[in-house]
Amino acid sequence: MAVVYQKSSMLTDAPFHYCPGCTHGIIHKLVAEVIEELGVEGKTVGVAPVGCAVMAYDYFACDMVEAPHGRAPAVATGLKRAIPTNVVFTYQGDGDLAAIGTAETVHAATRGENITVIFVNNAIYGMTGGQMAPTTLPGQVTQTTPYGRDVTKAGFPVRVCEMVSTLSGVAYAERVAVDSVPNIRKAKAAIKKAFTAQIEGKGFSIVEILSSCPTNWGLSPVEALEWLRQNMMPYYPLGVYQDRTEKGVFCNE
Amino acid sequence: MAERVLMKGNEALAEAAIRAGCRHFFGYPITPQTELAAYMSKKMPKIGGTYLQAESEVAAINMVLGASAAGVRAMTSSSSPGISLKTEGISYIAGSDLPCLIVNVERGGPGLGGIQPAQSDYWQATRALGHGDFHVLVFAPSSIQELVDMVFRAFELAEKYRMPSMILSDGLMGQMMEPVSFPEVEVHTYDKPWAACGHQNKRPHNVVNSLYLKPDQLEKIVRERFARYEIVKAEEQRAEEYLCEDAEYIVMAFGASSRISKSAVDIARAKGIKAGLLRPVMLWPFPEKYVRKYAGQVKGFLSVEMNMGQMVDDIRLAVEGRVPVEFYGRTGGMIPTPAEVAEKLSAMAGGVK
Repeated sequence: MAVVYQKSSMLTDAPFHYCPGCTHGIIHKLVAEVIEELGVEGKTVGVAPVGCAVMAYDYFACDMVEAPHGRAPAVATGLKRAIPTNVVFTYQGDGDLAAIGTAETVHAATRGENITVIFVNNAIYGMTGGQMAPTTLPGQVTQTTPYGRDVTKAGFPVRVCEMVSTLSGVAYAERVAVDSVPNIRKAKAAIKKAFTAQIEGKGFSIVEILSSCPTNWGLSPVEALEWLRQNMMPYYPLGVYQDRTEKGVFCNE
Repeated sequence: MAERVLMKGNEALAEAAIRAGCRHFFGYPITPQTELAAYMSKKMPKIGGTYLQAESEVAAINMVLGASAAGVRAMTSSSSPGISLKTEGISYIAGSDLPCLIVNVERGGPGLGGIQPAQSDYWQATRALGHGDFHVLVFAPSSIQELVDMVFRAFELAEKYRMPSMILSDGLMGQMMEPVSFPEVEVHTYDKPWAACGHQNKRPHNVVNSLYLKPDQLEKIVRERFARYEIVKAEEQRAEEYLCEDAEYIVMAFGASSRISKSAVDIARAKGIKAGLLRPVMLWPFPEKYVRKYAGQVKGFLSVEMNMGQMVDDIRLAVEGRVPVEFYGRTGGMIPTPAEVAEKLSAMAGGVK
């Protein structure tokens, strides 16, 4: 019988620990498929974050390193500088990337570090039980913003793609979402473009993926995707924020 | 015989690291380790190596983690306040069983402290380079030549035992110039079948990780690591013995303060006091075998340190109350003189003879 669909060889057989309705599973699949399609699994090294995706090292079938909280871009820098011909990616959540790891993110980006960052933004700290994230929306209720995020006290959410797109080292920055089939297809294309930019030595690439957290948002999986569309997309518009993939970051100056 | 050249400690250390096969240096500026990073920034690009000035000490140590995980020899250097920032990464490196070299060119503390030489990070180096149950190999050079020789050994033992090595230098050792020759030895490296270097579709994926959510599994891993530490303790204790054979009073000091203490022992001997110097070459593992050997012979030990008394704890633990263990030290960047140490020895011996 003809095989019409199968699990990517870039995913192990370990069962995901993610909550029902969580979109990490979709994003893992997309990253795995892209790496497999590009034929680079054997020379890819992934860096897992601290957060919900901490055990990504058990799921991706390439070599993996588990980094301290927020330090994935620095760990990836070490991996890439050691073996520049390898493909190196980080997989990070919003707390990891945009709070504790802001410095590592910004400086890997501005160095034009030739790595790919998969940034999963679900506007909340999932693993620790739903605290305010740097990307939690104004007014959003979390465990640590029980009256809604009051921007006069807790400040404003960080728009990562907008911020890093101002840096000269960024070859590619796009924000996508995994709320619908068309958007999932666009997300995969963005991930592929980011990895391709790295393989071609163009510089730092980042794909921010708007993701849902039904468990900590207190919504059903379907409601959560609707909430994402209604609330996250207006604050975090989808689109390409930087594209220097033609000439690469070191030729554009 | 290899050529002898006059070099600053910090520069000699950098050159030795390059000759020991290190091609990946990640740092962040701090006094008084400056010359080490500057030397690396000059040399590394010429030999196809990496010199990377990170955005912080935190980032630098995590770059070391990444490079080491990929299987290459990697190092970082800093000074006391910067080492505090690196402790997170050092704990993860130790918990992931990765080798690397960390250099601490110590200055006075706590806090921003000062920039003059001190040895106030002994406790940190031997006990608290991060959270969790683990040790780091700690080397304490007392001359620039020894510093050079230790770099080779520090990389080699780090790989042999799969644990981080630290060279505990200080502002004095870093800034001082002495003639050195670089050993023309074959650099010994170990196979790294655990490295996350890309599996080339030829083996199952490697995972470099320090997370074990099941407590029985974590306990097992930690116990295995400690079984390795026992081998290190049995095999790697090192100390220099100077006039210890007939000594009634033994001074213990490491690094810069051991040089001062050696002169103090000579002064004491000239006064008729049977003094000796026992100098730990490695601080972890602490040379407790040597201390025990002399604990039944001497009337007392004197720990001389450039801090408020830190190594003295380890001497007391090894002596197990058999003889008094006294302390003399200066701190904050102040350096004890041989005369001060000799005076303390005289007092221990019952006054000037």
